[in-house]
Amino acid sequence: MQVNWFKYAAPASFFPLAGKLYPWFYALAALLALVGMYIGFFVAPTDFQQGEAYRIIFIHVPAAWMSMFLYLLMALYASLGLIFNTRLSSMMARAIAPTGALFTFLALWTGSLWGRPMWGTYWVWDARLTSELILLFLYIGFMALQAAIEDPRRGDKAGGVLALVGAVNVPIIYFSVKWWNTLHQGSSINLTRAPSMASIMLWGMLIMALSFWMYSIAVILSRVQCIIAERERRAAWLQELGTPDQ
Amino acid sequence: MHWNNFEEFLAMGGYAFFVWGAVGVTVLAMVIEIWALQARRHHLKFNQAPASQRIGNV
Repeated sequence: MQVNWFKYAAPASFFPLAGKLYPWFYALAALLALVGMYIGFFVAPTDFQQGEAYRIIFIHVPAAWMSMFLYLLMALYASLGLIFNTRLSSMMARAIAPTGALFTFLALWTGSLWGRPMWGTYWVWDARLTSELILLFLYIGFMALQAAIEDPRRGDKAGGVLALVGAVNVPIIYFSVKWWNTLHQGSSINLTRAPSMASIMLWGMLIMALSFWMYSIAVILSRVQCIIAERERRAAWLQELGTPDQ
Repeated sequence: MHWNNFEEFLAMGGYAFFVWGAVGVTVLAMVIEIWALQARRHHLKFNQAPASQRIGNV
């Protein structure tokens, strides 16, 4: 049996697959969010030090994880687009950027609202917060650069280089609390040690993170369908689907 | 369950502004993203039946 591993590398074959898949990911996202928020707001106990304010963690940490993961994913797709010259890879990078930017903003926003009661300030220029803000600027820069370049293939390449160069920021964010003396607390979850938080809180965070992943996949699949439809609008297979020739 | 009533739940131990400010903006942001995406899809109109199966531009 011959397997074509690259079957879905063509926009024309990926398009219907994305269309079939994304509603399921929305459904999963909603379900997981309900479970995660239930755990976070009704099951997890009140924090000994922080009271109820700590519950922001169930959005803040998953959003921050997503902001970093999505950037790396975006940079990966951008590299594939640069190396193999595949347009769908670059379209995926474009599809990821707005959602990545959204989660970066949410990480900063929820973190700020958590910082005010806990640290006494909405903002501080410490290593982690600053590098996360830079991540937001990188996402916006990526989108702005590609929007400014008329030829989409040139825009793919230019954005791809920016995404790759900016990827160095992600390990900086991750290790910032270890490398520098920051106000932001150190990591509670490690690859080598047991987590230092109550396991029910950890579960709530993990389920919310999974929910955000499902949401991201749904949104990205839906968006890449739009990007494909816009970029390939003169293609016969798309004309058949009823997309107007603009 | 540690909330004795709904008012307590809303109050979030005095941190209502911060907690609901965080949750609220998150929900709002996601709703806006999905809505904007739906509007973009609708404008592109590729959910319709293929041209070969439609009588006209309906």
